[in-house]
This record gives sequence, C-alpha cells and structure tokens, in this order.
Amino acid sequence: MIRRLVVAAAFCAGFASLAGVTTVVAQSNPIAERQQLMKNLSQAARAPGGMLKGEVPFDLAAVQTTLKTFADVATKAPALFPDNSKTGNDTAALPKVWTDKADFNGLWTKFEKDAVAAQASIKDEASFKAAFPVLMRSCGGCHEGYRAKKG
Amino acid sequence: MIKRLFVALVALAVAGAGVFWWLTTPVRAVPVEPGAALETSGDAGRGALVFNAGGCASCHATPKQEDRLRLGGGLELTSPFGAFVAPNISPHPRDGIGSWKVADLVNAMLRGVSPEGAHYYPSFPYTTYAHAKVEDVADLMAYLRTLPQVEGKAPAHRIGFPFNIRRGLGLWKQMFLDTQALQDDPARSPEWNRGRYLVEALGHCAECHSPRNPIGGIKASERFAGGPDLEGRGWVPNITPSPKGLASWSKADISELLSTGFTPEYDSVGSSMADVVKNTAALPKADRDAMAEYLKSLPPRDGPARPAKK
Repeated sequence: MIRRLVVAAAFCAGFASLAGVTTVVAQSNPIAERQQLMKNLSQAARAPGGMLKGEVPFDLAAVQTTLKTFADVATKAPALFPDNSKTGNDTAALPKVWTDKADFNGLWTKFEKDAVAAQASIKDEASFKAAFPVLMRSCGGCHEGYRAKKG
Repeated sequence: MIKRLFVALVALAVAGAGVFWWLTTPVRAVPVEPGAALETSGDAGRGALVFNAGGCASCHATPKQEDRLRLGGGLELTSPFGAFVAPNISPHPRDGIGSWKVADLVNAMLRGVSPEGAHYYPSFPYTTYAHAKVEDVADLMAYLRTLPQVEGKAPAHRIGFPFNIRRGLGLWKQMFLDTQALQDDPARSPEWNRGRYLVEALGHCAECHSPRNPIGGIKASERFAGGPDLEGRGWVPNITPSPKGLASWSKADISELLSTGFTPEYDSVGSSMADVVKNTAALPKADRDAMAEYLKSLPPRDGPARPAKK
C-alpha cells in the first residue's frame, strides 16, 4: 500500500514537472510576444499621432483607448525579456536590457505611471497637445539605449 | 655633386615643412581680444535656443545621468580613426570652459581652433557651426555660463597615427572646412531660410546623415543621403526627398519626428536620433516646421547602396 502510494506520488511529481516543462515551452517565445506588444503600441499611437499632425480631428475617446493600451503593454512587457531570450528571432533588444535590468524595468514602470496619469490629465484638445507628445517621447527614451539601430 | 644634391634635398625638405606649416596654421575667426562689445553682447534666453538647435547636450552632457545641463563631457564617439571623447564644456573654471571669453567659443565653433591656437578634431562639428552667426555664439556663451559647473576633466581622445598629429588637421580643413557665412536666399521664404540655418549651421544633420570619404570628409555629392554609421552601429537613413529617403514623408511627418520621435509608420526612432529628438523637441514648433521645409527642398539623392539585411 505504502509502496503504491510512493509510486503514485512519484508519478504525480513527474507529471507536475512535465507540466512545468510544457508551460515553459508554451512561454518560450517571448521575443515574438514582445514584438507583438511593440506593434500594439505603434498601432495605438497612430490615431493620436494623426491628431497631433492635424490629419484627423481630435477624439478624446480614441485617445483614452490608446492610453489604456499603453498602460496595459507597459505592465506586460517587462516579463517578456527572460534571460533565455537575449538573441534569435530577429530581436533588436540590446544586451543592455539584461545588464541594466533595473533601469530597463524602471522605464516601463515610469511609462505605465505616465500613461495612467495622462488618462486623468487629458480632458480636451489643449491638454492632449500638451501631454501626449511627452508620452510619445518616452518611447525614444527606451529605444535610445536598449534597441539596436536598424539596418 | 653629392654635396650639392644634399643641399638641394635639405632645401626641399625645409621648403616642404614650411609649406606644411603655412597650410596647417590654425586660423581664427575673430581676434583673441576682439574688444569688450562681443564679450557682453550675449543673451542667455536666446542662447538656450541655440543650445538646443545645436544639440550640444547630446555629446557634452555627462553620460549615465539624467540632467542634460550638466556638461561634464566623457561621452565616447568611436570611429575608424579612434575614440573621440567629448570634453567638459560646463562653466567650471579649471575643468570646463569657465575661463573662456566669448571670442574663444567663436573661434572654437566657427573655425575649430582652441583658445591656445590648436586644431580641434572635426568630431566636434565645426564644419557645420562655421556657418553660424557670431551673435548666436555670443548668446550661447551667455547661456552656457548660467549652467552648473561640473568638476573633472574628460579623458583624452585615443587616436591612432597619423591622425593623432593635430597640426595635420590644418590640411583637412583646407579641403573640408567651408567658412562662408550663410547668406539668406531672397528667392526663398523666410521659413526656408530659417530651416536652412537650423539644419546647416546649427543642427548638423549632415554630419551623421552623409557618407564620408576615407579621411573623414563628407562626400558633397551624397550630402544628406545617409550611409554607414561612423560608429559602426548600422546604417544612417537618407533624409533627402529621394524614394530611398523621405520622398513619401510630408512636411508634417518630418516635423512630427523632430517633436515626438515617431516616423509616419509609427515606429519611434532609436539610438542617437532619440537623443537628437530631445533637442529638437525643445525648439518652437515653427523651427521644426522650418527644418522640415528645408529638408523637403533638398535635391533627391539616392546615396550609397545599403547592404542587404543580415
């Protein structure tokens, strides 16, 4: 009886670790995931960008949707730079992402906080034109040191 | 006979050295003691704009800290010639330029000549600043003097032979330093003329966005047409209105990039351009629009062929 229990326990443990392995496998494409998140950011910036350039009329609801996307991406992104994702899959992430991890994650936290603050501060076209460019510039703040030059 | 040949050779060598000395003599833009008027003519408020348009902080701000007004230097620019280190230009009297007169800054920026009369390396883009107005430099100096003093000299450049012989830069300047002031073109709009001044005399866009020859001179026929990054980090984009450059970009697109760093595809520019955007974002929108107006008017140039992506 006890022997059977031990075997069963061993099986369970085996399955658990196997399940653990599969979870890791399922999560093992963080490069593609984070690249998709970046594309989401770019997509979300489009409408407000057009408003800044005067190509489309100001639309507060659309701006708010964008800000929610910004904050959402900022909370998800830091977890998608695990140590086993430094190279491959056309990643443009520079080694500095991992050597300066605290600063890198800090920039994401700041971006999230700024996006949330902007949800409250942007109420009309004037406040949008004052606050939104600042938020867009924080993208460059990260790309400057953590993304490889294109080409 | 042999004696005569020897004398002739020595004479030739002496003459050659003389010509070299004459060709490489540093030439100032204004005398070291130009009189009191220049020294006090600057306005710090206007100088802040010159500071941002000239992008001084991008190289001279102390790296690894947030304050772009702490100009302690130390940033390294790597190149095929060696590593250039941006010096301390804070108003610290010993380690920065606190003891400089306005005339010293004018000669540094407009001619690449130090207060001691030596050549600067063109990693300091005086090939662009040479076209700046003396009164703008006086304003800039007034502004620089309001900034915090930063202690500590930046390390020296690490340059290989023969480029480590500063005197030789006199020959380089003979070939590549054009010291003519920009004259406004009356056939063009005031906006275009302002844009040209910002791009060609202060913003030094061409210094990175142009291919260079083996001794570091910009290839005039491919000016603004992009090329390999001198620091060896990828490719610098073509910013002429060529299909290989900004042909499809509107003036508003260019102005927007200079404000927020976003391309028309809503990618945000990275590496050194992200820092340039910090400068241009601090300019009035009218100045960004003017730069865009001028860039749109450049002759379209295809530039060097970009290597296939790895």
